[in-house]
Amino acid sequence: MGKVFAFHGGIHPPENKHQSSQSSIIKAPLAKILRIPVQQHIGVAAKVCVSVGDKVLKGQRIADAQGKFSVPIHASSSGTVCAIDLQSVPHPSGMNALCISIETDGLDQWIEHQGLEDFRALNKSQLIDYIRDRGIAGMGGAGFPTAVKLHLSDDHIVNTLIINAAECEPYITADDLLMRERASEIISGINILQHLIEPSHVIIGIEDNKPQAIRALKEAIEHSTYNIHVVSVPTKYPSGGEKQLIKLLTNVEVPSGGIPADVGIVCQNVGTVYAINKAVRLGESLVSRIVTVTGEGVSKPQNYETLIGTPFSTLLDAAGHRENNTARMLIGGPMMGYSISDTAIPVVKTSNCIIAASAREMPEPEPSQACIRCGLCEQVCPAQLLPQQLHWFAKSQEYEKAQQHNLFDCIECGACSYVCPSNIPLVQYYRHAKSSIREEQQERRKADLARERFEAKQMREQRAIDEKAEKRKARADQAAKAQEAKKLAAQNADISPENALDKLKSALSDTQAQIVSAQQALDALSGNSDASSSDTRLADLKLQQAKTKAHKLEQSIQDFKASDNTAIIDSKKLKIAAAQANTQLLKAQQALKTAQEKSLPGIEQLTATIAILNTEATRAAKAYSAVTPDAGTGSISKTSAPASASAAKQAIDLKKLKTAAAIARTKLKKAQTQYQQLLDQDLQDTDEAVALKEQLQLLGDKADATETAFISAKPEQSQAAPAAELQQNYDKAHKLYHKAFDALQKAQQANSPAVEKMQLSIDKLKVKLDNAERALNGATQQTTTVPTITATTGNSQSNVTPPVDLDKLRLRYQKALAAVEKAQLEQNPAAEKMKVAVDKLKSKLDSAEQANLETTGNDQPSTAPSQTLSPALQTDVDKLLKRYEKALVTLDKARLDSSPAVEKMQIAVDKLKAKLDDSLQQAPTTTQAATESVEKATTPGQTDQEKLQKRYNKALLTLEKARADNSPAVEKMQIAVEKLKAKLDNSQPQPAITQVVTELVEKTATAEQSDLEKLQKRYDKALITLEKARADNSPAVEKMQIAVEKLNQKSVNAEALANSEASNVLASISTESQE
Amino acid sequence: MNTIFIAIIVLLALAIVFGLILGYSAIKFKVAGNPIVDQIDSILPQTQCGQCGHPGCRPYAQSIADGEAINKCPPGGQATIEALASLLDVEVLELDGDHDENPVKTVAYIREDECIGCTKCITACPVDAILGAAKQMHTVIVDECTGCDLCVAPCPVDCIDMLEVPTTIGNWKWQAPSNFNQFSQQLIATDKTPAAELPS
Repeated sequence: MGKVFAFHGGIHPPENKHQSSQSSIIKAPLAKILRIPVQQHIGVAAKVCVSVGDKVLKGQRIADAQGKFSVPIHASSSGTVCAIDLQSVPHPSGMNALCISIETDGLDQWIEHQGLEDFRALNKSQLIDYIRDRGIAGMGGAGFPTAVKLHLSDDHIVNTLIINAAECEPYITADDLLMRERASEIISGINILQHLIEPSHVIIGIEDNKPQAIRALKEAIEHSTYNIHVVSVPTKYPSGGEKQLIKLLTNVEVPSGGIPADVGIVCQNVGTVYAINKAVRLGESLVSRIVTVTGEGVSKPQNYETLIGTPFSTLLDAAGHRENNTARMLIGGPMMGYSISDTAIPVVKTSNCIIAASAREMPEPEPSQACIRCGLCEQVCPAQLLPQQLHWFAKSQEYEKAQQHNLFDCIECGACSYVCPSNIPLVQYYRHAKSSIREEQQERRKADLARERFEAKQMREQRAIDEKAEKRKARADQAAKAQEAKKLAAQNADISPENALDKLKSALSDTQAQIVSAQQALDALSGNSDASSSDTRLADLKLQQAKTKAHKLEQSIQDFKASDNTAIIDSKKLKIAAAQANTQLLKAQQALKTAQEKSLPGIEQLTATIAILNTEATRAAKAYSAVTPDAGTGSISKTSAPASASAAKQAIDLKKLKTAAAIARTKLKKAQTQYQQLLDQDLQDTDEAVALKEQLQLLGDKADATETAFISAKPEQSQAAPAAELQQNYDKAHKLYHKAFDALQKAQQANSPAVEKMQLSIDKLKVKLDNAERALNGATQQTTTVPTITATTGNSQSNVTPPVDLDKLRLRYQKALAAVEKAQLEQNPAAEKMKVAVDKLKSKLDSAEQANLETTGNDQPSTAPSQTLSPALQTDVDKLLKRYEKALVTLDKARLDSSPAVEKMQIAVDKLKAKLDDSLQQAPTTTQAATESVEKATTPGQTDQEKLQKRYNKALLTLEKARADNSPAVEKMQIAVEKLKAKLDNSQPQPAITQVVTELVEKTATAEQSDLEKLQKRYDKALITLEKARADNSPAVEKMQIAVEKLNQKSVNAEALANSEASNVLASISTESQE
Repeated sequence: MNTIFIAIIVLLALAIVFGLILGYSAIKFKVAGNPIVDQIDSILPQTQCGQCGHPGCRPYAQSIADGEAINKCPPGGQATIEALASLLDVEVLELDGDHDENPVKTVAYIREDECIGCTKCITACPVDAILGAAKQMHTVIVDECTGCDLCVAPCPVDCIDMLEVPTTIGNWKWQAPSNFNQFSQQLIATDKTPAAELPS
């Protein structure tokens, strides 16, 4: 050991150490306020553990370490915490950082502390933690937490401990003085480190420009038992650099990007070793350090033992600061330090020097010039880099390339800048490049994190969406399955058409039952003499509704049949339905008859319902007739074999029907005989009679039903047979009727109370008889041709409606007659006129009757051509109009005479008016169609022009009106009209302009003429009414007079305007023609 | 004749062997995905802000790989464009649209006493940098925030501010030395311009 190697490059700047190394270390004065930054080291800032106002003692912990890369902060002196805020700190940025300000009390009272009696008693990690808790961080320059460095031996084999005592930077003498004065403490500290790291040998590297320090150390070593070498290295900047010193002392190069521990070496600053010794032996935390105050700006350059947090200004003041001789203030050495402007910034653990330099000492840097690629920088670079290449890359921001040229191996020693002949601030470039790269890397890290988080989020969202979709799908599937199951069940339920048919059938039977009940109710009502007409009407309505329902059901059945193959069964049922409908019809007819007998007011309605029922019955019959051949053909078309089978079935059905009819007949007979017996016995018990009668009736109905069914079933089976059978039926019915009639006569003779009822039953019988007769006729007709039935029914149907109209007319006529009579009775002067109107009504009635007769006589729907209709309509309308006017006149007169019939007349007049309006509405539609066709015939271009012209005309008219009303908008309108006119002119071909204009003039003239005429007429009429009123001494005369005068004025005005307008137009025409 | 046949057979055999080797390696060493997309994506700033018109940085990277312009990333700025240009060997373009030359870094800040806890910003944040729950106050994890702005619009009470990231001692960086050309112009007489004057 003791051999000194060499490192590449290096410079020899003027040392300037002698100024401050002449005097020994003295204590710096206690500052009034100590500002202690919470971050004085590399790593994480300490966490403040005191609050403002707290009393603190010297060495008391005021901020705790946070994590491994951190050290606690201790109060440098006793006092009160006066602020914890951002203050300026020693940093090249000159920015503020969090500081704990302590207002010192001047006592500088230590907290109770005790050094370790025997540090070897503690295990190593405990000892390291103890050192850490004392707040020891590297005091050489970077402020690396010492504890971290000491822990390096945990996973590195460390064989060499190097104590850095080179202190190569010019001006700084803090370590030099420390070694001179406190060498034994340093050696003691080394002993502690030796215990912790257990290196094979310890080297103290010291530049040979500090002979006193070397001597002091060597003296101290003599007492030490350890193998410590003090090696003096040649003075050369930057031998104090860690890597350079290692190279110097061991000839081992720390690899790029590595740490000394990688090559088995740990390096500690001599100041740190001193602090460790103090901490372990005395238990004192790191609260002070040696600071060199030098430069030509201070009168007494000296080293001060300074409390951490003492403002530099205090030190400068103590050293005799000469502000007028201070150009720059530098923290650290002249090579690696940075200048500050604020002297209030505090001393921290890494502050080794402050230089108050005069302008002569450190002149302003020469303006930099272009790099001349001299290569001097390369020769002095201690890290063996290519500074000029790095410079280029840094300058052009090609950081990647700079990194490839090992930019981060640069120790920023400033040797290159020192030698650069172009005065290029190379270190500044490197620093900028380094920080930019660091920033970029940080951003990249952040970006990667962001990407990770983004992708995680996306994945999460996608997963959520997928899950949702899956759930939805599952739900949909379930729903679909459920629906399918439902459908299947439904299909199973009504898969057979018989089921559907059955349903329909049951519905039909239900409605029929309803009908029956309704009819019964109606019967009861009609039977009741006190029954009000409204009740019967209601019942009727019900009946009608039921009927329509039945009809609909029947239709649906029919529809069903048409598509159904099992038509045979259905045809039977339909038959029955038709029969039922027939019976219903009969019943209704009966009800009508009874009602007529009792002269109830609801007769008309009843007749109407009967008519409807009639049509229904025919429809049912039709449906049946439609179905039966259908069924037959359907079965035939299918196969020939089933056809015969169906024929057989039909035969059987017929037989059954026959038997049923026979049974019914016998039953009826029995009942009748019973009835007759009853009559014979002359029983007065009406209740029994009634019951019997009802039974009889039901039986009769049944018989009828069967009979009709039989009859209707027959024709298609065999066309020869029915006539005879029907004849028989008829005969029987006839006989029955006669018998009943006889019985009635007898009863009448006996003055029986049951006469009326008997009469009813007889009537019913008669109806039956009629029915039978009709059926017979129908059957006979059917034998020849089936369609004739429908024809006749159709005729009867069409014949139904005209009588209704006729009835209405008749009613009106009667009413009118009554009114006339009344009027005559009251000696009304209007009677005559009314009579005239009545006569006219009568004529109308006659004509209507005639028309009705004609239509009935024709038996065919006479559809007159529409061309002949429209004139007829016109005449009708005219007539109505005339009537209306007359009626009005008569009404007025009646009013004048204060007739009591006025109100009625008014009503009549109103009605007439409504009629007139109706007919008028009809009339325009026909005329409109005609005009439309005319319009269509004209060419579209023409229509455009016409439209324009129309618009123009309208505009002119409105203009005139406005003028008449003296409207203020006249001028504007005039302009608009002119514009319109211009437009019109443009739209017209130029040669035709005059013609069109003349036409226009003519049109306007005619329009005006017509308007004038109208006005004149109105005026005349008004005059007449005025005169009349005068004659009647009416009180409204004056007002009318005024109105008439106004009208007169208006007409006069209009005339004048027309004249002026005509002249205007003429003038414009003339000007245009001139143009 | 014989030699020709031998030559043909040998060549065929070689062709088959190499074909097999190539086919196998094509399957075995297949690169999944487009590696250029990954490279582009690593250059993009990953703010996921959508200012390029794509829902995130990776879709934009994909579309750049498919030929879209490289100048649509305002948060990345000119540096990103240059990086992309050098990666893809295309021309360096000016940043599309009217954006600041040097984009200012921002982070979202929720004025917490105004927050109603609607969670809308949480769902809007592409990087899950907002912490909170329904009806609870939300806050931004500043370290995770990319400053993409996407949370500002959905906030119903406008309690989110985009604050400029302040320069502290922690993120302070050395400034590049001022351009020396100015001085050289002052020094060399022929380079002097009337506007430039020597410092007294």
